[in-house]
Amino acid sequence: MMISPYYYQLLVIASINAIMALSLNLVTGCAGQLSLGHAAFMGIGAYTAGILTSVYDVPFAVSLIAGGAVAALAGLIVGLPTLRLKGDYLAIATLGFGEIIRVAILNMGITGGPFGLRGISKHTNLALAATAAVLVYWTMTRLMNSRFGRALTAIREDEVAAVAMGIDVTRCKVLAFVISAAWAGVAGGLFAHWFRYLHPSSFAFAASVEILSMVVLGGMGSLEGPVIGAVVLTYAPELLRGVSDFVSRHRMLFYGALLVIMMLVRPQGLVGAGVKGLRAARLSKFQGFGRLQSSKLGQWIAAAMEKVHWKGSTGSDDSCVVNEHVSGLAIGPGTGSTGTGVGRGGGEENAGS
Amino acid sequence: MLQQVVNGLTLGSSYALIALGYTMVYGVLRLINFAHGEIYMVGAFIGLTASQIAGLPFAAAMVIAMAGAAVVGVVVERIAYRPLRKAPRLAALISAIGMSIFLRNLALAVMGPQTRAFPIPFEVKQFTTGRLRISSFDVLILLTSVGLMLGLHFLVHKTKIGKAMRATAEDKETASLMGISVNRVIAFTFAIGSALAASAGVLIGMNFNAVDPSMGMMPGLKGFTAAVLGGVGSIPGAMLGGILLGMAEVMGVALLKSEWRDAIAFGILALVLLVKPSGILGRNLQEKV
Repeated sequence: MMISPYYYQLLVIASINAIMALSLNLVTGCAGQLSLGHAAFMGIGAYTAGILTSVYDVPFAVSLIAGGAVAALAGLIVGLPTLRLKGDYLAIATLGFGEIIRVAILNMGITGGPFGLRGISKHTNLALAATAAVLVYWTMTRLMNSRFGRALTAIREDEVAAVAMGIDVTRCKVLAFVISAAWAGVAGGLFAHWFRYLHPSSFAFAASVEILSMVVLGGMGSLEGPVIGAVVLTYAPELLRGVSDFVSRHRMLFYGALLVIMMLVRPQGLVGAGVKGLRAARLSKFQGFGRLQSSKLGQWIAAAMEKVHWKGSTGSDDSCVVNEHVSGLAIGPGTGSTGTGVGRGGGEENAGS
Repeated sequence: MLQQVVNGLTLGSSYALIALGYTMVYGVLRLINFAHGEIYMVGAFIGLTASQIAGLPFAAAMVIAMAGAAVVGVVVERIAYRPLRKAPRLAALISAIGMSIFLRNLALAVMGPQTRAFPIPFEVKQFTTGRLRISSFDVLILLTSVGLMLGLHFLVHKTKIGKAMRATAEDKETASLMGISVNRVIAFTFAIGSALAASAGVLIGMNFNAVDPSMGMMPGLKGFTAAVLGGVGSIPGAMLGGILLGMAEVMGVALLKSEWRDAIAFGILALVLLVKPSGILGRNLQEKV
């Protein structure tokens, strides 16, 4: 099979992006913890692997693993304190962490600082990147069907209820964070040995947002979603480049609008229709979603999703897997609450911490 | 040393102006308005346009910037936050981030990436006593900030709409039962917070003689840090947090290398979140199911 170098490159980038999106999805989609510094872990992995091969002549495979390991360690260091924080604080803390990492890389000698890291040899190819993406996808399926994965879903749906069920919330969150960081680090290593040049700006806030856009577009918490989101958002700017220069130049403008529109119209993402979405029961109540659900397209997507969705999912939008876990407590997400989700209100006060 | 205190005060009071917007919105919605830093940037651009192109005097440009930003703030709330008020928090948060990115890049597309000069439209005098140098603009920043904060205090504690705001922050459902139009109060809160951010945008823009589309990000984050430091949801806390953060940053830069300036604020943020997430003056909110 022959493909042009242009598409070859696109596919490599799409694979790396898919790994990034899948790993962010574990933290944000599955566990419901918004991380805004995910690109920093990729940066740590990329610089670690790049420096190891170019400066210390370490074999490529070892450097990839080392990149993942160092990123995982960073994930542990960042995760341990910050994951005790509630949602929006965590988002800011991870954002701040990402910026600190970028400033640190910029001010370090060995990283080349503002001049970037040069002279990395090319080791990444499509076969390797795609294999890594498939491997990550496969691990994710196994993980999400495990006890740990279900614990994460429970945490996302209702943290207090999860605690009441005996889940060690902090441990699960930190573990998810570390696994996610490790994968991001590996993706960074692949990135470094494909482009052969690293610059701190590649791992800034905008990059984290780009990854988040992929996850949100595809569907948070689903497994196909992030992959589809990664492929679409890798390819779309290239596709639009021919149509309009303005669009490809102001990509971030559309990413911003995309995030808002997705949240308003279809918070469960492109392929999230049949998935135990973000508190799907509550979401179906608010505007936009219901309309789309009942539309032909929505039904078609839902039907298609039901066919291809991995085992264990119930396929209907208002029965979360979590309901199975917490229904015994009678404070499941779907129990007639108006769900303001803003700390107070919501009517379910019987489990106040 | 005394010079650093003056610098810290001027920087801190502008952080405080930004922090107030975060805190007020968080108070009524329990939402971190990620787009707040961008509102600050929009305010600076409106002020620049009014002052440079329309040639208006300082006070008029300031008022127009504040009014314009208030409108933008209300529109942002209407489009991106109100439909999601009953949605999970994560959805509203992502929508806010999307709005922030959208606004920043809209400014980039409309105004271009270059930094624009924003000269002070009047003559600045320097007062020198010993080794201490204070410009009349520093004094103006301090006076404007203090004036706006006093005005806000009066608004929140002495007027009817202020009472409605406090009631809404306390409990939205009960407030609506008392005949308060919660939607209107929330829109009003956004308007006030945005106007304050715009005033900070104009002041800082003039102080550094620079306005550009990405100028909102760092002050936005630092304003948030200041709000957290003082206690998110507490108005006096935001003022205190802003001043403290400004001081800490100026002192930190004097002691360390200035490249690490931004890391200082985040270091403080991390520390506060770990040790006392409710901040100095904040109430400890119990999370309910």
